[in-house]
Amino acid sequence: MWEYTKKVKDFFLHPKNVGEVENPDAVGEVGSMVCGDALKLTLKVDKATDRIIDAKFQTFGCASAIASSTALTELIKDRTIDEALKVTNQDIAEYLGGLPKEKMHCSVMGMEALEAAIADYRGEDKKSVEKKEGLVCECFDVYEDTIRRVAAENHLTTAEEVTYYTKAGGGCGSCIPKIEEILKDMWFPAEKPKPPIKPKKLTNLQKIALIQDVIEKEIRPRLQADGGDLELIDIDGNKVIIALRAMCTDCKMAAVTLKDIEQKLRTLVVPDIVVEAE
Amino acid sequence: MKEKPVYLDNNATTAIAPEVLDEMLPYLKEFYGNPSSMHTFGGQLHKKLEEARERVAALIGAEPGEIIFTSCGTESDNTAIMSAVDSRRDKRHIVTSSVEHPAVLNFSKHLARKGYRVTFLPVNNLGQLDMDAFFKAIDDDVAVVSIMYANNETGVLFPIAELGAALRDRGIIFHTDAVQAIGKLPINVKELPVDMLAISGHKLHAPKGVGALYVRKGTRFVPYIFGGHQEHGRRAGTENMASIIGLGKTCEIAKTHIDEEATRVQAMRDRLEKALLEKCPQARVNGDTKNRLPNTTNISFEFVEGEAILLRLDEHGICASSGSACSSGSLEPSHVLRAMGVPFTAIHGSIRFSISRYNTNEDIDKVIEKLPPIIKELRILSPYGR
Repeated sequence: MWEYTKKVKDFFLHPKNVGEVENPDAVGEVGSMVCGDALKLTLKVDKATDRIIDAKFQTFGCASAIASSTALTELIKDRTIDEALKVTNQDIAEYLGGLPKEKMHCSVMGMEALEAAIADYRGEDKKSVEKKEGLVCECFDVYEDTIRRVAAENHLTTAEEVTYYTKAGGGCGSCIPKIEEILKDMWFPAEKPKPPIKPKKLTNLQKIALIQDVIEKEIRPRLQADGGDLELIDIDGNKVIIALRAMCTDCKMAAVTLKDIEQKLRTLVVPDIVVEAE
Repeated sequence: MKEKPVYLDNNATTAIAPEVLDEMLPYLKEFYGNPSSMHTFGGQLHKKLEEARERVAALIGAEPGEIIFTSCGTESDNTAIMSAVDSRRDKRHIVTSSVEHPAVLNFSKHLARKGYRVTFLPVNNLGQLDMDAFFKAIDDDVAVVSIMYANNETGVLFPIAELGAALRDRGIIFHTDAVQAIGKLPINVKELPVDMLAISGHKLHAPKGVGALYVRKGTRFVPYIFGGHQEHGRRAGTENMASIIGLGKTCEIAKTHIDEEATRVQAMRDRLEKALLEKCPQARVNGDTKNRLPNTTNISFEFVEGEAILLRLDEHGICASSGSACSSGSLEPSHVLRAMGVPFTAIHGSIRFSISRYNTNEDIDKVIEKLPPIIKELRILSPYGR
């Protein structure tokens, strides 16, 4: 059972601003039934002053989604469009006295609906349905720019947190490595691959020793961090034969892992190494 | 909570029957001995242990020696599958269904990661097992088939007798997770061709933390938990005496209540289901209604989200559960309803009511009164609720 604040419960049981404003000047729709939550925000705006006179919502979702929608509409009413744009998902969460971390995506959905409505008001790209590029999470239809923004604003450093805030990675999980890469790029952009230690020409013995060293120091610790492991089976010229072990066995990402290992060995040992699974 | 809850979540857990608690209490208070002890004070518990075993055996038509006490249904399931693959080291294939309880599903996935081949049999949109896929999956490499007796989310029954008959004489161990079915349906292992069967106490008005595994005489068995000689060396660890006594008592009572399940309990379920479908437009029952547990109904209310429904019901003290993503603690909605091909829109709004003999007609009336307006209100809130 979720630990909801009194505010969340109140706004869930007695939501404010439910429905659609008549002849709305702006409409913002986000989410979908498939995702499990969706929000339609309609605004009445005074064109002369750019002030939001009325805001109403319709939400399909859990208690925190409904409460977040009330919070959003309360927060933006009587504000100008520019002021409203400054409302962040943290403001929504704060207004509610906090949300369980797994439910933060509800506050993000509120913010996104607001942005969509304002874009609609300003006649900016009506709907971002065309944007196919940068799609990270196919299950919940989450794009890289959203992940970057939400992660920056809420200082998210792990893929799990990103899932709580955006739902990305919460379905099949296959995009989690991608999310991790984005986070790494955001928070540790300086961490470039170590300068290659490339002696002029390696003897076979040196090469074998170096490959073993790279596997031990660079590759194995990372696999073990994910509950996986690998075993070096044989080295035949530039062909490195390995076997994935533990969690890596049957992992859907095994092919990607092999490619990563190959890349690592190519950078750190010699560029024409080929990695094959046993 | 102020008033007594209207508890309609009996597939999650059940109330301890008063007679069960009464029988248990002395063994939590004065008779705290260890049944393995030589002295009378501890040793006298051995008789109670064997009495409990006889009572559990009697409920399912087994021999007392075929019953092993465990700590829960999950342990029983894990033990059964592990024992089956451990006793047939030459075989590496496990066959189960895609709608099993996590006790079987996730243990099978764990074994898959260890290198076993696992087939997760599909179900159709009524939640019935794909029999063609079953027969196709059975090969010489199969060590164990594990199929639940009844699904915990929908109540849909599986053709255990038919599956068992097909597996007999093939050297394949057949296990069934009967946790939801025990006490709700008459089960007799003399007639039912299963090798192992899992029982859980707390689904059956005994306390949490106790279960049992039926292992047919002659079935090769390898323990899962090693240590002392308890349970004739088949399950180590000092016996959870009070709870085992409780499980025995609850099985004895269940025997006398089994007709009530098919009559009074089922009548309450049917009345609830019928009324909700009548009063709530765009609602549908998930699963095969002709072949399911007498106490369970799983209804999808389109355009509304399950967690919201549950919390509104909670305001009236009504307890149920949902297959929606938000109520699961993860973002993933019910694997059972997904395997059945129920559309996401309907999964998110699915509510399970599971009734027990302790429910009353007033309980049912209360849900019939409170739920339809909740659905209506939430649909007004929803952008899809037209």
